[in-house]
Amino acid sequence: MSTVTSQVEVPAGVQLPIYMDNHATSPLDPRVLEAMLPFFTQKFGNAASRNHSFGWEAEQAVETAREQIAKLIGATAKEIIFTSGATESNNLAIKGIAEMYRERGNHIITQVTEHKAVLDTCKRLEKHGYRVTYLPVKADGLIDLEDLKRAMDDKTILVTIMAANNEIGVLQPIREIGKICHEKGVLFHTDAVQAVGKVPVNVIDDNIDVLSLSGHKIYGPKGVGALYVRRRNPRVQIAAQIDGGGHERGMRSGTLNVPGIVGLGKACEIAMNEMENEAAYLRGLRDRLKAKFETELDYVHVNGSWEHRLPGNLNMSFVYVEGESLLMGINDVAVSSGSACTSATLEPSYVLKALGLGDDVAHSSIRFGLGRFNTQAEVDYVAAKVIDIVKKLRELSPLYEMVKEGIDLTKIEWAAH
Amino acid sequence: MAYSDKVVDHYNNPRNVGTLDKSSQEVGTGLVGAPECGDVMRLQIKVNPETQVIEEAKFKTFGCGSAIASSSLATEWIKGRTVEDALAIKNTDIVKELSLPPVKIHCSVLAEDAIRAAIGDWKKKNGVAEMAAVETAK
Repeated sequence: MSTVTSQVEVPAGVQLPIYMDNHATSPLDPRVLEAMLPFFTQKFGNAASRNHSFGWEAEQAVETAREQIAKLIGATAKEIIFTSGATESNNLAIKGIAEMYRERGNHIITQVTEHKAVLDTCKRLEKHGYRVTYLPVKADGLIDLEDLKRAMDDKTILVTIMAANNEIGVLQPIREIGKICHEKGVLFHTDAVQAVGKVPVNVIDDNIDVLSLSGHKIYGPKGVGALYVRRRNPRVQIAAQIDGGGHERGMRSGTLNVPGIVGLGKACEIAMNEMENEAAYLRGLRDRLKAKFETELDYVHVNGSWEHRLPGNLNMSFVYVEGESLLMGINDVAVSSGSACTSATLEPSYVLKALGLGDDVAHSSIRFGLGRFNTQAEVDYVAAKVIDIVKKLRELSPLYEMVKEGIDLTKIEWAAH
Repeated sequence: MAYSDKVVDHYNNPRNVGTLDKSSQEVGTGLVGAPECGDVMRLQIKVNPETQVIEEAKFKTFGCGSAIASSSLATEWIKGRTVEDALAIKNTDIVKELSLPPVKIHCSVLAEDAIRAAIGDWKKKNGVAEMAAVETAK
């Protein structure tokens, strides 16, 4: 009887389950927690309270965080607006600009592999009289800059293109995109949630006007994010989407989440100091993982550009093995799959489809998201486990058998169901 | 997603994995599903020409854990049954046995299709009238 259960030994020092899904969220760095703790209890003041020390203390902490964030992305503290996270930041940026610049034009340009927080925001704007161009991506996941130039017209007010993709980790050429935008007098927003703190992002050098970032992707807390809004050359204006006390220069009302903001600031400070070493470390782990797969398995391939990619991302298809069944076999490892079976919609990943990959390859994809707290021993265990299960599932796979026999699967008339 | 114990058991210890010689007169092969849909099942039966009893059943499946479990269970159930008996197996029986959630019902449908396809192939090879099969199915 064949069996899928894995017998891979757990190396000393490795605790199960292993978390390797750091694009979804990342664990809070203990140094961040330490910075946050006093602001839940002793230092509980409202940063908007102007007439007592509790308020001043909170305000001071918020201003420190603003500076820490600004420093990481080359901005000034006054250009940082706090939000509840990147989804809110993206909504505020895109809707706020669309509303504010409506008289100048109604055309927005984005691209097909953006996060839903951007795509669905754009779709909503389409219902309100805006035109949106969704640029395609090339097979490597990058947009073609010529496509961008061609898409621009005299009604274009905003280009919103992500810095790094959450599934395939591909880095868009934001500096060049920003340059094209500035030459045409069009604002450039980037969803930099996956990029900030992982790779250098500088709003001046990269010609960014508005930028979204989030706490929990960079070992900070959930429920807090920020929006960078440029104040000079050009001064960007954003129409508030939440009405209230006029906090955050009137762009985002609501009492500030002081402990969260302190945590986000501290997370940015740590990233600023450690990014370079950490990136090299993660690249090493990732390359090790990839090399092990490529040595031990046939029919594996990396999805998206290898060159323009986040250090901690490996998105790989183990062809002829369905992603969910693979996840089931490695249930002591937390990763994610682009398989339809793992999504509520039963559709395979739209990001992988946009690369022109067949649905069958998308169904076979696994995203490994390496992070600060992963170790080499964990990588070795995960590699061994995945290799073991892929081999076992391929023994079960009629497709693998057929391909091995030399049958061309594309020539078979499959009955879709 | 949480899987039922039975799905996990079939996934961990799939029954009757393998390949039968599809050129054999006694073997019927059913290949259903499509790679783009994320599941392909191949179910094969070896039928005793005298008794029409399914003496062997083998499968290979590309698909999620529920698809693997559905086809594994199907081979277990049809083994030892006559061809006509095997056609009486319904996808709803599989859903019940494996406690499949609504999003996984298509896995059971595919397993039923695979049984029918394998038997259909065997009948075609052996000149058994298709109509008889359809009648029994109803």
